[in-house]
Amino acid sequence: MKYAYYPGCSLRGTGRAYEESLLAVFRALDVAIQELNDWNCCGATTYLSIDELTSYALAARNLALAARDRLDIIAPCAACYLVLNKTQRYIHDYPDIQLVVTRALDAIGLKYDDRVRVRHPLDIFLNEIGVKAIASRVTRSLKGLKVAPYYGCQIVRPYATFDDQRNPTSMDRLLEACGAEIIPYSLKTRCCGGSQKGTLPEVGLYLINYLVEEAQMNGADVIATVCPLCQFNLECFQKEASSEQNPLSTPVLYFTQLMALALGASSATIGLRRSLVKIEPVLEAKEIAYA
Amino acid sequence: MDLKRTVKFEADRDPEFARWISHTVGGERIRHCLQCGLCSASCPLSLHMDYTPRRLMHLSREGFKEEVLSSAAIWLCTACYACMVECPKKINITHLMYALKERAIQEKFYPKRFPIPVMAQQFSRMVRESGRITESWLIVRVFLRSAIWRLLGMSGLGWKLFLTGRMPARKEKIKRKSEIRTLLASVAATRKELAL
Repeated sequence: MKYAYYPGCSLRGTGRAYEESLLAVFRALDVAIQELNDWNCCGATTYLSIDELTSYALAARNLALAARDRLDIIAPCAACYLVLNKTQRYIHDYPDIQLVVTRALDAIGLKYDDRVRVRHPLDIFLNEIGVKAIASRVTRSLKGLKVAPYYGCQIVRPYATFDDQRNPTSMDRLLEACGAEIIPYSLKTRCCGGSQKGTLPEVGLYLINYLVEEAQMNGADVIATVCPLCQFNLECFQKEASSEQNPLSTPVLYFTQLMALALGASSATIGLRRSLVKIEPVLEAKEIAYA
Repeated sequence: MDLKRTVKFEADRDPEFARWISHTVGGERIRHCLQCGLCSASCPLSLHMDYTPRRLMHLSREGFKEEVLSSAAIWLCTACYACMVECPKKINITHLMYALKERAIQEKFYPKRFPIPVMAQQFSRMVRESGRITESWLIVRVFLRSAIWRLLGMSGLGWKLFLTGRMPARKEKIKRKSEIRTLLASVAATRKELAL
């Protein structure tokens, strides 16, 4: 089975380590992909507040491109995953939206097809490959590494069917298969603030502080994320969100970086050098090889 | 002295707005709202809001258009969908927040140089022009139009991201940009034809 890989804009910018490590995991687990031909921005959470109808048409172009190649989509970015799923849902539920989208796609020679499935790497790894197969391919166990699993909002809410909306565990199980120890983290689906750090800094910093502090207090060596914006907020602004009484310093990696490491990928190919809060000292202390 | 009446009267309601919210996409069930407050309780931003989500739902369906559209709360919503998952009446609260933002932008109900609508406008402009977003350029554009001084404060981080290859200066764009233009023109035409 082959998938259309839809990276989205962030994986070409701040989230490059996500793409690098995700591709390494695909290679290690023999997941066949091809990049979605000439994909465009999904509109994220932003376009919807400017012009709702147009945002569905933009997202639907990607769905139609995958339909033309008869492929299901893998969308690693939380916003892309949500928007593509939401677009399918709204096209199905609202005839007016369906008409607008069908005509717009027709104008560029594309056809909408509701059979395209939009899936997240967590879903693919867990349900198509499985924890047993993953555990059997682990060459470098992450034994002793305490991980706070942070899912953020838009992967499991509101449309995902592969995990629980309040207490998701798909990432927990995947990282456990890699030997890591999952610590209790009750804020695993709480919002990181999205782009609020940029637009209303005091609000954004409050949310970031809350999340990193909780992970750190629970003894996390690293926070694992599934979304480029969550990773960016929690890592790049944790220093700014620190207080004197409680300075924050916890590495924040993509779950795929940890998986790729366990599956034997070299650190040079999974973007560890792009981190601002370094994981290497932690790995050395735990005697986990990462070269 | 500039005295302002603080109590709302029946006559302040805008029935057109109340009709609009209950007929817009996602608003179908707003009249079923129990005012239970699970939305406000689950909202991670509600403690920063002038009107909590529960109050916004009530004000909207009763037609208090000015209060709703000029509230800071609609801009604080990050679309995390927590309220929607908890709502016992399955009201599409998150989507209604989008609808309220769209209408507030159309009717210019926000303070000048307020960065959130500026961000939304620059984001959509970049998508229309290039088909994709280049994060570094988006940040520059937003702050040039809202809070220039903040760019300087962020230059340290920007430099670190540049050095780690996370802020490439190269602009991302799709190959068939004309398709985006055609797509948008078609949406505009259908919208006009069907008065959507």
